[in-house]
Amino acid sequence: MKEIRITVNGKPYELSVRPHATLLEVIREGLGLTGTKEGCGVGECGACTVIMNGKSVNACLVLAPEADGKEITTIEGLANGDKLDPIQQAFYEIGGLQCGFCTPGMIMSTKALLADNPEPSDQEIRKGLEGNFCRCTGYTKIFESVREASRKSRG
Amino acid sequence: MDYAVIGQRVPRVDAREKVTGAAKYAADYSLPDMLWCKVLRSPVVHAKILNIDTSKAERLPGVRAVITARDFGGWTWGFMATTRDEPPLAMGKVRYLHEAVAGVAAIDEEIAEEATELIKVDYEELPGVFDPEEAMKVGAPVIHDYRPNNVSVEYHWNYGDVGKAFAESYIVREDRFKTGRVTKGYLEPPASLAYYDPSGSITVWPAKQSPYFHYRHLAACFRLPLSKVRVVQPFIGGAFGGTKNDSVAGDFCAVMASKKTGKPVKFVYSQEEELSTSKRRHSMITYSKMGATKDGLLTAVQAKVIAEGGAYTAIGPLSMYLAGSSIPIPYKLENFKYDGYRVFTNNPVCAAMRGHGITHTRFAHDLQMEMIAEELGIDFIEMRLRNAIDNPKPGTVYRTVNDVTLKTCGMKEALTAIKEDPIWAQREHTPKKVGSTSFGVGISGTAYSGGARQLGHQACGAVIRLCEDGSVNLLTGATDCGQGSDTVLCMIAAEELGVKLDDVVIKRVDTAYTPCDPGSYGSRVTLLAGQATQIAAAEVKKQLLEAAAKTWSIKPEDIQIRNSVVSLKSNPDKTMTFENLAKLACYSGSGAVILGKGYSSYGLEPLDFKTGSGNSGTSYSFTAQATRLGIDLETGHTTVTDFLIAHDCGRPLNPIGAETQNEGGAVQGLGQAIYEEFVMKRGETLNPTFLDYKMPRSMDVPDIRIIDIITDDPDGPYGAKEASEGSHVSAPPSVISAIHDATGIWFKEQPVTPEKIVKALKEAGKWMKK
Repeated sequence: MKEIRITVNGKPYELSVRPHATLLEVIREGLGLTGTKEGCGVGECGACTVIMNGKSVNACLVLAPEADGKEITTIEGLANGDKLDPIQQAFYEIGGLQCGFCTPGMIMSTKALLADNPEPSDQEIRKGLEGNFCRCTGYTKIFESVREASRKSRG
Repeated sequence: MDYAVIGQRVPRVDAREKVTGAAKYAADYSLPDMLWCKVLRSPVVHAKILNIDTSKAERLPGVRAVITARDFGGWTWGFMATTRDEPPLAMGKVRYLHEAVAGVAAIDEEIAEEATELIKVDYEELPGVFDPEEAMKVGAPVIHDYRPNNVSVEYHWNYGDVGKAFAESYIVREDRFKTGRVTKGYLEPPASLAYYDPSGSITVWPAKQSPYFHYRHLAACFRLPLSKVRVVQPFIGGAFGGTKNDSVAGDFCAVMASKKTGKPVKFVYSQEEELSTSKRRHSMITYSKMGATKDGLLTAVQAKVIAEGGAYTAIGPLSMYLAGSSIPIPYKLENFKYDGYRVFTNNPVCAAMRGHGITHTRFAHDLQMEMIAEELGIDFIEMRLRNAIDNPKPGTVYRTVNDVTLKTCGMKEALTAIKEDPIWAQREHTPKKVGSTSFGVGISGTAYSGGARQLGHQACGAVIRLCEDGSVNLLTGATDCGQGSDTVLCMIAAEELGVKLDDVVIKRVDTAYTPCDPGSYGSRVTLLAGQATQIAAAEVKKQLLEAAAKTWSIKPEDIQIRNSVVSLKSNPDKTMTFENLAKLACYSGSGAVILGKGYSSYGLEPLDFKTGSGNSGTSYSFTAQATRLGIDLETGHTTVTDFLIAHDCGRPLNPIGAETQNEGGAVQGLGQAIYEEFVMKRGETLNPTFLDYKMPRSMDVPDIRIIDIITDDPDGPYGAKEASEGSHVSAPPSVISAIHDATGIWFKEQPVTPEKIVKALKEAGKWMKK
């Protein structure tokens, strides 16, 4: 077992993890934060996207010891009490979701995208979400949600 | 019509839980002291099982139960009483690679996995057969003894006189079309948490789009009354037919392990397990002969369809039914002959998927009609307009030669909408070629049935419970697996009761409380659970109006309720709040219980498998779709830039939901048209990952526009028909029509990959090296 310290959604944790445990396992099973989903477990679908030290990562590809000392944000860390993050609000209003299984990862990738580039072009939105697979929506309303979030965030 | 809620663009009722990560799916559930279940899968394709030795696995510390076929006492399941050929675990024989052979429950996932490797199975390998046309030949390896010719389903239907019609035709074409080996591709793998409690009742939290199938399977398998089987539906991460309609080996093993150990047991399949073993769409070969007059009017169609069925029958009888029964829509056709064969092979099992059955023959016939139009020099939209079924006048019915009845048909209106749009009207004015890219615009015009019929229990039910504060609980047996039906059903309840959408709360399926329902397949929920909700709401409203009438000493019919305000029709200033009325009604006498119930009545005739006569659904949607794309003449790479979808869904009840359904359906169809295919080698799926089984991503999808064609079907709530399966069926022929426009080449096999394009360009002398 290996001792790690991580901060998740602003809360510090000291955890004892198996050396080969993934960050995804730690988040879902260790911390019970099941909003982050496992679609493939091998970094091909983006459902487990979280933000680690400002960058979006597939939590299934990060070994827990690699996350030692890092700050992690998951989907549960976005809303401020009852108030949704502007990205969540945009997905909610525009309908950029159907089954919802890709949604947490999609929103986290959007968060990282807009943090880097608050006013992405249509092509940059597509590029920014390339790693996030959605089978339900055909992406059209996801793109609209990102554009709306970008507009809202800029006021 | 002037609706208060219906037709509004409202957020999904489950959107908040989904955007915050609060929505719990099957894999998110756990119980204290829970065990993990893993399935051992066959390393051979076709073999007799001589012996299974579980002793080593049982001795591994942490293992609590090992399950084999013997535990299920020979129980099998299937779509019809005569086709129950599928066991929970392979019984005596394995018929496809990675078929489930045993299950293990242990204190954690790793130990369960390790234990599966300690189970020793002795196999005697048998020759395999992997191609349906090979499997039909005399002397081919026999996969099921009860079908010595390997044909699992066979239909021969004959309408009109095709021989005479072909003889009198100006033109007759014969072509071979093929649809690919594709899958649903949902993101959430199969999973369940199961608990067989000491009272002898089962409770499961499974990822199922049709929980009541699973409910019946578990009752039958474990020989329990239905009252002791409780299926609690979590949020569902996509479904699209097939696997999540059905039960999987993990489901049965988890329940059996829980029964044996007294502990809750959970399983989650890996995505690779899902992609290499779960039920996928049939691949169908259609040998089609089509005749037409000099003016392009269709005279006859003869279709011989050979479907690869994989190792078990599953829902194959319905797949083959739909492929044949839909041949005479959406184009008038007096003569057709259908010979359908579904053939066993040693490949994974094929079953339902969005666009079920219909997508195969519609793809073949839509393209073949275009080929004939090309030969006759007729514009492709004009060809379709000449043949399309007219929208029946209100109160009348169009009846096909096999007694499929249409009360509304927006095919011509949809085609006309595309024809007038710049994407089609100005296609000659846009550049045809830039550098090595050749551009093309394609069209399709297709039909799909909604409100599917099946065997046995067909009606959807709804129960509405009024709370004393005016809020409303809606219970149905229908499952929202992403399509948005929970939102639409709440909208219907709100509309009928005259309350605000926020006042209605829908509960997900729990077979202990919700009314029995066939399931969420065949585009049936909005139509049938929708009608049931209307009826249940009307029953509640009747009781409320009676209570209001008593208070105001007037007749119930003089009162209206809208936006949660109760008022007199003749004097809208005389009002009370809905909340007050609810209180009044609930507190009347010694206290009243205000409940409404309803079940659907649309579309109840059973299917006629012998003749293919009659309706497969309650109503039919019609879709015309234009596609614009560019093809790199050197690499064969296709870039699809635009979809324009004119879809007759009767009336969109939640426009956001209907649009997303159309967009998602069409993009899934795009995947089949140009990307998706399982690569198989002697029964092995060589690409069972999201990386290698290529599905459309954000970079691949076109800009999509939707045009709603409103036809208001009388057999649907507020005129609604289906949305999403229609655009799923319209996409492949539209895309492949556009590829033809760009290259001048007809592609008759899906998917049209860059390799196929380059090969065909080379053969045609059109390959371009930069």
